[in-house]
Amino acid sequence: MVRTIEPLLKVENLRIELPTRGGILVAVDDVSFDIAPGEVLGIVGESGAGKSLTAAAIIGLLEPPLHIAAGRIVLGGRRIDTLRYEEMRRIRGKEIGAIFQDPLTSLNPLYTVGHQLVETIRTHLDMSPAAARAHALSLLKEVGIAAADERIDHYPHQFSGGMRQRVVIALALAANPRLIIADEPTTALDVSIQAQIISLLKRLGRDYGTAIMLVTHDMGVIAETAHRVAVMYAGRVVEIGLVSAIVHRPSHPYTVGLMASIPRSAGGRGRLRQIDGTMPRLNAIPPGCPFNPRCPKVFDRCRRERPDLMRAGDTKAACWLHAPVEPAHA
Amino acid sequence: MPERPVILEVNDLERHFDVSPPALERMLRGKKRVAVKALDGVSFTIRRGETFSLVGESGCGKTTVARCVVGLYRPTAGNIVFDGIDLGRLRQRRAMAPVRRRMQMIFQDPYASLNPRWRVRKIVAEPLVTHGLVADRAELRARIGELLEQVRLSAADGDKFPHEFSGGQRQRISIARALAAHPEFLVCDEPTSALDVSVQAQILNLMKDLQRRLGLTYLFISHNLAVIYQISDRVGVMYLGRLVEVATADRLFAEPRHPYTRLLLETIPRLDPHGDREPVAGEVPNPIDPPRGCAFHPRCPYANDRCRAERPSLLVVSGALVACHAVEEGRLPVG
Repeated sequence: MVRTIEPLLKVENLRIELPTRGGILVAVDDVSFDIAPGEVLGIVGESGAGKSLTAAAIIGLLEPPLHIAAGRIVLGGRRIDTLRYEEMRRIRGKEIGAIFQDPLTSLNPLYTVGHQLVETIRTHLDMSPAAARAHALSLLKEVGIAAADERIDHYPHQFSGGMRQRVVIALALAANPRLIIADEPTTALDVSIQAQIISLLKRLGRDYGTAIMLVTHDMGVIAETAHRVAVMYAGRVVEIGLVSAIVHRPSHPYTVGLMASIPRSAGGRGRLRQIDGTMPRLNAIPPGCPFNPRCPKVFDRCRRERPDLMRAGDTKAACWLHAPVEPAHA
Repeated sequence: MPERPVILEVNDLERHFDVSPPALERMLRGKKRVAVKALDGVSFTIRRGETFSLVGESGCGKTTVARCVVGLYRPTAGNIVFDGIDLGRLRQRRAMAPVRRRMQMIFQDPYASLNPRWRVRKIVAEPLVTHGLVADRAELRARIGELLEQVRLSAADGDKFPHEFSGGQRQRISIARALAAHPEFLVCDEPTSALDVSVQAQILNLMKDLQRRLGLTYLFISHNLAVIYQISDRVGVMYLGRLVEVATADRLFAEPRHPYTRLLLETIPRLDPHGDREPVAGEVPNPIDPPRGCAFHPRCPYANDRCRAERPSLLVVSGALVACHAVEEGRLPVG
């Protein structure tokens, strides 16, 4: 995969905080990554790892009192995390499209899908109603809805789950955004439909150069779709690299455990490798490396000092096992 | 290996749900009563000590089978025989109770299946008290501690409330409750679907350990083929309320016969993808108005006139049971 030099999206040292009566909880802590045009970046992690919050921060939909406490989000050279609500609203839909897990909640049950598409198109693009409807029709065809000229006048409840998710994707594409944030887009779907949606997403990146941030807990979906993967744990990116390296040669002990615990549908059927314990709650993140209480390779430094991402084999991992032998000089 | 005795026998099970329009519309507009055949003639047997799994996409009827087996739904037709007892004949609660004790269920959502106002101790104690299995408070306490330790929680966890536990720990509590009454047979409906993958591995390992130690028999329901492969001895594949293939897990994954089984296996997202797969088009049809003949024929690349007209029944094909005309006639390319 040839990577363009200038990334489309840059997330730098993002920190998301949640003030509570008991004190400030850090939900996302010092997260950095970028996505190039046409690239699919997978964000993988278990529930509560902070992956959906990171996505919500990028589209400017963090629910207060959650807020960005530090860091920057830059889209196409423009800083977007400091924009006012109205300005962000124009970017959302126009430059960033969003696809969420549950297609039913993303669609208004009271309007036909054609109405919703036309409204979205005309909000962002300067088009006559007739031209917008023609564009809506071509979008529905594009995402593989059969008999689109008839279906365009149907209501969301008349569509099946897989078809609804296609409509949501058509909505996300309506204004030709440069970036699509897809948060668990296939989780609510059956496997045969899941495969159809995955290949649709891949085609978008390939044909239109759309950058895609794909958030999911399903490593199989990531392996099929993404070019690079960021693995999140307890609000931090613990490993990032090319998908083949993360899947086959992971460096962080958490990624190693995660990969080994995925049940396979071929080969041996003995005990699954498991990671004992659970991810810490936000109010109980241990000092040092957040994974240290569950890590089979923990040593003294892990309990004291927090590791940053460092080169580790073919990836970058936040793990002291991969610290250079000699202390690094600044 | 000697054949183990049969513990559960399901014969031609049917379960219909009434989805008719309201009575007034039927009277005024002459609309008809409508029934969905959630189960349309399902038969299988489970032998003692084995794990039999049902797999299929949403709406295929797998959960309805589970609910019929434990008695949450009454079958519309067909019968369920548990260890020689025809469950359909047990009309009274009192007659059901001894069978209920021997057959327990674990549900998908560990957040919804535990009473949030009860301490874990009381949750786990409920079956012991209901079935009168303990003599006094001291014995009850000891037994609760034992059950919690059996699922790798500590006896002290009994004093906590469900919200103090993570999803995986809550599923352990459900398992402890299910084991309380010394059942022989557990119906597990998507027990790990709501869990993260590292926790899923913990629960699957625990279930395997318990099966070996306590000689349990499992009816396991899941849509996740990899989980099915890992835990099952035998697998039944369901499509629109019918079984289309039944085989040992090894055979099913190595040599799937039915075109639908092949489709399912091909669409699992893989960790090492081999190039771009062309996904299969189409989706599960509406169960209210299922296709005639073989329910899978509109999506099947091998369908012919016979498939569109005549419903195939399960036939033995080299050690597996397959309901497919193309397989029966040898029209299907092997491998």
